[in-house]
Amino acid sequence: MRARLPATLALILCTGTAHAADGGTTGGMDEAPVAYVGGMPPVMDHMLYSHALLDEFEARANSHGGQFRYDGQAWFGTDYDKLWLKSEGTVGTDGRFGDGDHEVLYDRAVSRYFDVQSGVRVDIDAGPTRAWGAVGVEGLALYFFQLEATAYFSDRGAAARLQGSYDLLLTNRLILQPQVEMNLYSTNDRARGNGRGLSDLDTGLRLRYEWHRKIAPYLGVTYTSSFDQAASMARARGQRVHGVNVTAGIRLWF
Amino acid sequence: MISLPLARQRALTRRRFVIGAGLGGTGLCRAGALAAPATPAPPSSGIPPAAPDTRFDLAIGPVGVNVTGRPARAIGINGTTPAPILRWRQGDTVELTVTNQLREPSSIHWHGIRLPADMDGVPGLSFAGIPPGGRFTYRFRLHQSGTYWYHSHSGFQEQIGLYGALIVDPRAGYAQPFDREYVIVLSDWTDVDPADIVSNLKFQSDYYNFRQRTVGTFVRDAARQGLGPTIADRLRWGAMNMAPTDISDVSGIIYTYLINGCAPAANWTGLFRPGERVRLRVINAASMTLFDVRIPGLTMQVVQADGNDVEPVPVDEFRIAPAETYDVIVTPSGPGPYTIFAQSEDRTGYARGTLATAPGQTGPIPPMDPRPLRTMADMGMAGMDTPHRDMPGMDMTGKEQGAMPPGMKMDTAPAPTPSTPPAPPLGVEMQNIAQMPTSRLAEPGAGLEGNGRRVLTYADLRATIPGADPRPPSREITLRLTGNMERFIWGFDGRKFSEAPPIRLRVGERVRFVLINDTMMEHPIHLHGLWSELENGHGAFRPYKHTIIVKPGERLSYLVTADEPGLWAYHCHLLYHMEVGMFRTVVVA
Repeated sequence: MRARLPATLALILCTGTAHAADGGTTGGMDEAPVAYVGGMPPVMDHMLYSHALLDEFEARANSHGGQFRYDGQAWFGTDYDKLWLKSEGTVGTDGRFGDGDHEVLYDRAVSRYFDVQSGVRVDIDAGPTRAWGAVGVEGLALYFFQLEATAYFSDRGAAARLQGSYDLLLTNRLILQPQVEMNLYSTNDRARGNGRGLSDLDTGLRLRYEWHRKIAPYLGVTYTSSFDQAASMARARGQRVHGVNVTAGIRLWF
Repeated sequence: MISLPLARQRALTRRRFVIGAGLGGTGLCRAGALAAPATPAPPSSGIPPAAPDTRFDLAIGPVGVNVTGRPARAIGINGTTPAPILRWRQGDTVELTVTNQLREPSSIHWHGIRLPADMDGVPGLSFAGIPPGGRFTYRFRLHQSGTYWYHSHSGFQEQIGLYGALIVDPRAGYAQPFDREYVIVLSDWTDVDPADIVSNLKFQSDYYNFRQRTVGTFVRDAARQGLGPTIADRLRWGAMNMAPTDISDVSGIIYTYLINGCAPAANWTGLFRPGERVRLRVINAASMTLFDVRIPGLTMQVVQADGNDVEPVPVDEFRIAPAETYDVIVTPSGPGPYTIFAQSEDRTGYARGTLATAPGQTGPIPPMDPRPLRTMADMGMAGMDTPHRDMPGMDMTGKEQGAMPPGMKMDTAPAPTPSTPPAPPLGVEMQNIAQMPTSRLAEPGAGLEGNGRRVLTYADLRATIPGADPRPPSREITLRLTGNMERFIWGFDGRKFSEAPPIRLRVGERVRFVLINDTMMEHPIHLHGLWSELENGHGAFRPYKHTIIVKPGERLSYLVTADEPGLWAYHCHLLYHMEVGMFRTVVVA
């Protein structure tokens, strides 16, 4: 499949013929291509689409102060092949930009509901910069669970991120979304505050109102926590290990 | 793809389907009710020209419209949308000079008309299209008669107004006399740019569905059916990542449903005198909407389907898919007024008009029926039904048999043959496989079962003359209608158009097309240039159609005589399904 589609696209673009792909399965079909008048296919089913989703764009508040967090994705491409961008980050109570994670991925549709993604991740924020290779999957698990699982590799070791969410329709416009994100690392990174094992967790319960499909304000509760080694590092710095936040934001897509 | 400046997409804050710019019909959808002030041309009156003609000048150009209360740009012909009603005569050779005044290529396809392939109007297959500022002269002889329509085959122009009615009068006169006739062109209008619609559906396939199951419907169903069965039902659908509320991809949330270009509030009106036989030529020119049409208080005699006469069938209601046509005759004995009521299959809106004895009269508008839900039969798993379904299959055998002609057999589809190729594996373009597809020709369709009305089914259609080609088919071509709703990819046999070879037929060959619908939606399948003779149990009197609805989980067949060489389009007539790949080239050589 990987080889076939770009070849098909190239043929359509260059010669204006539809490529007879690997063997037809039914009677009446054979391999010869058709020469289209004027080199134009009668339908354009190989279009490029692009969208961006800002899933979290929110202010968080607790008794110790406030935070701002965003988490978004954008893609550009065809049904099978896409350029996929992801970015997230948090501006902490101290005003420092942290948890900055930015990824550039090639996305390939591989099954009914899942895509495989590979590319690079760079951690760019107020802390030291890190770069990783990334391989993962993103899609819809059964029962409509949205799932992302990505593994990261660098000379510092390996890491993994799991993200999941579920849309519970209270009404067709009022949607309750439980969401969780977990980060795991194979080694400690004291400069960034990441600890071996389960390092941190960011989870939330957000109630959004889809006033418009693309513009949905929400209210929610979020909970963040560091674990184990990362928790020790946080304590040593005098930072909070976990906290519950009242959260308000807007979900946008374009 | 559409370069015309279109009204920017607006917030989907509320349903707009009943909002019309008209002031309540005091005329035939008052002139100017649809057209913006800058455009003097009224929409189609629905009144066909009195006499046929053979030469036409048609200018494709932008038209200003105001359907939703905001001015928008449409594409029309000679300043109107719907385009002018064309009246031809069987046996004549017609000549149509089409000028393209748009800033993008355009085309006109004569839907259902049998003609040489280079006159069929499909860019890339019949000709190179009509360039901006260009001109093309169509010339062909009319072998047939009946009600048809014409529309653009370029991009999404059909969605934004480039469609019109065609009437071909029979040389030998009408089998069913009538005193008066109207064209009823049904369509779905939106101010949203069609390219945005496809793009939105690619990102979120239920973008336009605001009738999904919720916590509220769960509680209600649990109270009705018990908690256990309700949970089991939700889990069954969840395990497939599919939703039974998935009826129409694009809904009344952005569509306004029109009759002859008139929104419901503008109330298109056709006048009659009591006792007259009124022939209504119903054409579904919508891009994505199946309509269920009825006229409360009147029985409709269905006398023609897709331009070909059928033995009259009295019905209260019929379903019409995009590109199909039905001619019905009504005989109102009283003054009425009678409401023409065409609900969208998903019940998110309706088109409405009136048959009246004087302008300005309005009849009662019935409430919309409950929305249908998809069932396990729609998934191709007949017999593994959800508990709350009221068994339409069983229902039909009892209810419809009386309406069937004598000698009608129930085994309407040929028995599955060993030659049926296996389904492609599940994958990116293949969300579901109908494990046990069944014949559903005697079913009226989702949302119409057991509604207490006589609803037309495909099994009711019996041609008035035997088919022209008595030969048995020499081979079978089996195609599966496939797709992945979640990714909004549609195709045949698990492939989009651009990934598949053409279907090849030899000139003069007689073949049987077998279609199996693996998807959860109806697909009106249209074969250009050649008739599709639906095998619905009437033997030699099988109806000739150009567009055939294949229901979810259905297996049906039709015969085709490949008597016209050339490249022909073969596709689902839901516009956005076609454009994303549910399309094949048929090569007759």
